[in-house]
Amino acid sequence: MDPIARWAGVTRRYGKIVAVRDVELALPPGAATALVGHNGAGKTTLIKLLLGLIRPDAGEVRVAGADPAGSRGAEARRCLGFLPENVAFHGAMTGSELMAFYAHLKGQPSTRNAGLLEQVGIAHAADRRISTYSKGMRQRLGIAQALIGEPRLLLLDEPTSGLDPASRADVFQLIDRLRESGATVLVSTHALAEIEHHVDRIAIMHRGALVAAGTLDDLRRGAQAEVRLRLRVQRCHTGQVLERLPDGIHCVRRDDESLELVAPAATRMTLLRTLLAMEGIVLDVETSDVGLAQIYGRLVESIGESS
Amino acid sequence: MNVWLLALQEIRIGLRNRWVIATTLVLGALSLSLVLLGSAPTGEVKADSLAIVVVSLASLTIFLIPLIALLLSFDAIVGEQERGTLILLLSYPVARWQVVLGKVLGQTAILAFATVVGYGVAAAALWLRGEAGLESIGAFAMMVLSSIMLGATFVAIGCLASTLVRERATAAGLAVGAWLFFVLIYDTAVLGVLVADQGRIIGERALNVLLLLNPTDVYRLLNMTATESASIYSGMAGPGDAAALPIPVFMAALTAWMLAPLALAIIAFRRRSV
Repeated sequence: MDPIARWAGVTRRYGKIVAVRDVELALPPGAATALVGHNGAGKTTLIKLLLGLIRPDAGEVRVAGADPAGSRGAEARRCLGFLPENVAFHGAMTGSELMAFYAHLKGQPSTRNAGLLEQVGIAHAADRRISTYSKGMRQRLGIAQALIGEPRLLLLDEPTSGLDPASRADVFQLIDRLRESGATVLVSTHALAEIEHHVDRIAIMHRGALVAAGTLDDLRRGAQAEVRLRLRVQRCHTGQVLERLPDGIHCVRRDDESLELVAPAATRMTLLRTLLAMEGIVLDVETSDVGLAQIYGRLVESIGESS
Repeated sequence: MNVWLLALQEIRIGLRNRWVIATTLVLGALSLSLVLLGSAPTGEVKADSLAIVVVSLASLTIFLIPLIALLLSFDAIVGEQERGTLILLLSYPVARWQVVLGKVLGQTAILAFATVVGYGVAAAALWLRGEAGLESIGAFAMMVLSSIMLGATFVAIGCLASTLVRERATAAGLAVGAWLFFVLIYDTAVLGVLVADQGRIIGERALNVLLLLNPTDVYRLLNMTATESASIYSGMAGPGDAAALPIPVFMAALTAWMLAPLALAIIAFRRRSV
């Protein structure tokens, strides 16, 4: 299927600073993609390019087949919903007035707005001025306006920043619902551990370059992922266990009764067989795969070494 | 459609933050005080009071309307960007020219309402006292219309300032500069040049062109020389005064003055990265 949005060899500079360098990325329809990276990695620049707010210095950007900064850009934006980072509204308007304004701008009736406000949990404040809203309520209003007109592509820029845990959970739940409904979602975030189970694909930005993109499994393979094992061992037998382990396995923590090991993912089965052979000494094994946070850390580290 | 929506939104915000009521009250209070206190220059002679009020109000408008217009508009783009609302607005299916045009129309509408109501109160007061001649009603209508056009010109100039700079404070500075230049400095400079020139190079035609190059001068000439009664009361009448241009020329000049900064603002906004 054709991607709904695509950056093709895109470079964008701000003066001498290269915000985004030669990025090649596509958003397949119906998938949720996380755009992760440090502050200043170029995440927001990529989103602004997609919205046509800025033009690329090199390469091209396409949304629904059109150049979003071109003459048909406004049409291309009709199928978009966008939640900006630090969303702001005119404080003198009420929630429902603002929703009506944005719905009309999108050529949508304002009849479904009440339902959207209900969905994000601020229906009770619909007729209050936005200047009286808390940060969390503004964020929820921001999400509600992004959902106007059931957009095919949703761009959420740091949707959970500054929110309390309950609101964060609501945001992730919303992302899951959107995925189920078949919308394409792009979430920019640096809450790596939280996002990894709510998206299908991950794109990692570092200093303006796209360093990796794919599913979490793809990234694990690409990053020569490791597994982490926690062993419970019979008292005072840890040394014996360590002696019998295959090569390439590091012990990262050790005490009288337990060991914590890090091993290349490829050696997982050999290692488990070795441990099983020591039944009686090794009492319990708990394995965990590395998460997005570790993959990201390692990728960034390896780039730091090579440059 | 979008332009209309954006203009309406601007008007709604103007009503909410009380810009509409404040400007209407200011203009109404000033025009009424001119009517009620302003009979001093004529005494109780049988002069057409409305014609006098047109001249006094026009002199007041030249200072006040550009100031109010610039205050309304200098914030239009740069303020939205600083508050963070512009990025969201532009993510909607609106073109940038629609944003500029909608804002300028909305703010001009606010100013137009304040002018019509504020100045209309004065005309109504005179009408009730039976001091408004038929000819001066026409001059009054012309004055109100041209005041709105002058307002629109400065709304567009303020909006242009707003699209050119990165910070609100800079836009405010530019707006104040524009006001000082067009309202105070330009005329003084022209006068200085005329005195120095002693009529050697700058003839009548050149002077007319010089005056058409400033919207406040166009407005002043339109309201003080274009009709006979106005030119009498403004002291612009006299045997040496053959310089008055026909009304359509002034109207065309004011229209050009509304459209030029608007066009420049649209061009500047299209090139701006947000």
